[in-house]
Amino acid sequence: MAEKLNIDQIRADFPVLHQQVNKAPLVYFDNAATTQKPKAVMDALTAYYEQDNANIHRGIHTLAERATTSYELTRKKLAAFLNSPSTDQIIFTSGTTAGINLVAQTFGRANVGKGDQIIVSNLEHHSNIVPWQMIAEEKGAEIKVIPVSDEGVLDIEALKGLLNPKVKLVAVNHVSNAIGTINPIAEIISLAHAVGAKVLIDGAQSVAHLAVDVQALDLDFFVFSAHKLFGPTGVGVLYGKRVLLEAMPPYQGGGEMIKEVSFSGTTYNELPYKFEAGTPNIADVIAFGAALDYVQAIPAEALAAQEEALLAYATEKLQSIPGLKIVGTAPEKIAVISFVVDGVHPQDIGVLLDKFGIAIRTGHHCAQPLMQRYDLVGTCRASFSFYNTFEEIDRFVLCLEKTLQMLQ
Amino acid sequence: MGQAINDIQEELIEEFGLFEDWADKYEYLIDLGKKLAPMSDAYKTEENVIKGCQSRVWLHAEKQGDLVVFQADSEAIIVKGMISMLIRVLSNHTPAEILAADLYFIDQIGMSQHLAQTRSNGLVSMVKQMQHYALAFS
Ligand SMILES: Cc1ncc(COP(=O)(O)O)c(C=O)c1O
Repeated sequence: MAEKLNIDQIRADFPVLHQQVNKAPLVYFDNAATTQKPKAVMDALTAYYEQDNANIHRGIHTLAERATTSYELTRKKLAAFLNSPSTDQIIFTSGTTAGINLVAQTFGRANVGKGDQIIVSNLEHHSNIVPWQMIAEEKGAEIKVIPVSDEGVLDIEALKGLLNPKVKLVAVNHVSNAIGTINPIAEIISLAHAVGAKVLIDGAQSVAHLAVDVQALDLDFFVFSAHKLFGPTGVGVLYGKRVLLEAMPPYQGGGEMIKEVSFSGTTYNELPYKFEAGTPNIADVIAFGAALDYVQAIPAEALAAQEEALLAYATEKLQSIPGLKIVGTAPEKIAVISFVVDGVHPQDIGVLLDKFGIAIRTGHHCAQPLMQRYDLVGTCRASFSFYNTFEEIDRFVLCLEKTLQMLQ
Repeated sequence: MGQAINDIQEELIEEFGLFEDWADKYEYLIDLGKKLAPMSDAYKTEENVIKGCQSRVWLHAEKQGDLVVFQADSEAIIVKGMISMLIRVLSNHTPAEILAADLYFIDQIGMSQHLAQTRSNGLVSMVKQMQHYALAFS
């Protein structure tokens, strides 16, 4: 039996949770959009700006040294977090979207040619569709789509049928942001590798909930955003296999990414700096290190148990509401519940729940192809984190019932 | 002559002033949405659609004599309630009156949030579109 989390103590670490919204206590169930930040993150930001602020890597003075060390320390923490074989395979970006675009514009541009194929899934966020469409259009390549079942499970048999030597890349998310399905990425990776395709996994929705071992999974590329892992906005991570990253041309040109510049030619810096042109988001990277320390100090099993219990409890309560249908009932899912209610537009539910101080997400969740698959204009999505409580779910369900009474 | 635009705004402010509780206000708004005169299906065309990020709004305008007459609809009932008020305020007025209108009632009845959410519903674009029609008809 895993140790139970002390939720009151944990909640005390998240200042934003303790407020009234529209004269009611805030219930924050929009964690899939962005998670809240523990105080340690704000403290790290303030400490950096108050004590260490300097530009990194180039300065020889003490502040520059301190800033560089802290910045690079986050990279080390991330290498450990992902079990990366080295720190220089961890590249800082501004977010998941930026990481995917980087891979599309470098690996994609160098390796995808006319008549080649890129496979995505029907569950993807637009961020993991559009960059591939752009490169496919430019190169005359084709996009193929792994279909999804009514429950929200990817059709792996169909993927097997799609894979062939023309496929250069398979890009799928680890976890669906719209409906919470956990995809079988280990199987997808080994199937893709068998035909020589590389795989990019969008881990935006998984890192806050599931452990990821890039070596055990034999991952080629893995991307995610700090802000969905209790860290600041404006920071993302791209992990890549060394051979792939080294072979990739640089992305943006500028300072930091060069070894030597002259007008007869420029040589590029080594990994990871080759992909980090310009002054990076130093302060937020350092604060992200504090977020990693914070979540890693929580026993992973207890965290998972709390989220699983919240999901089970909320699922059961929501199912008892007449006319409510849960969208996405995959056997493997994280603590996200998407739902629709007969005859009610999701936006109306979201507007009224906000009046009760309850924050959920409504709309297409940047996954329009999935909404089209289910013939929906959108859904309501409640997404939980370990700092959420059963009492919050009770209040959410009660207010949802009141909301529906007003609307029906 | 119908009522002046500002008289209608004052009327709405008074109606909403009767409610203390937000829930009563919204129930009234939802009720206005439900009672909105149905838009003829013939006008629910791709051309008349105003795309919000989450819900669609349809708007049709025509000139009857000197006056501009609007019909509109939405998929979402709260937006429909807002539409119903906008039509009550702006429809059946001259282009000049519509173009000069300052829609202060929205703020005063505490509903400005629905026009601040610029992308999620089509309301801001709808107000702009109503003014475009007025301009085109003037
Ligand atoms: C699965 C998935 N991919 C990509 C993104 C884009 O992340 P960001 O906006 O942080 O770049 C998100 C964020 O909503 C997501 O959930």
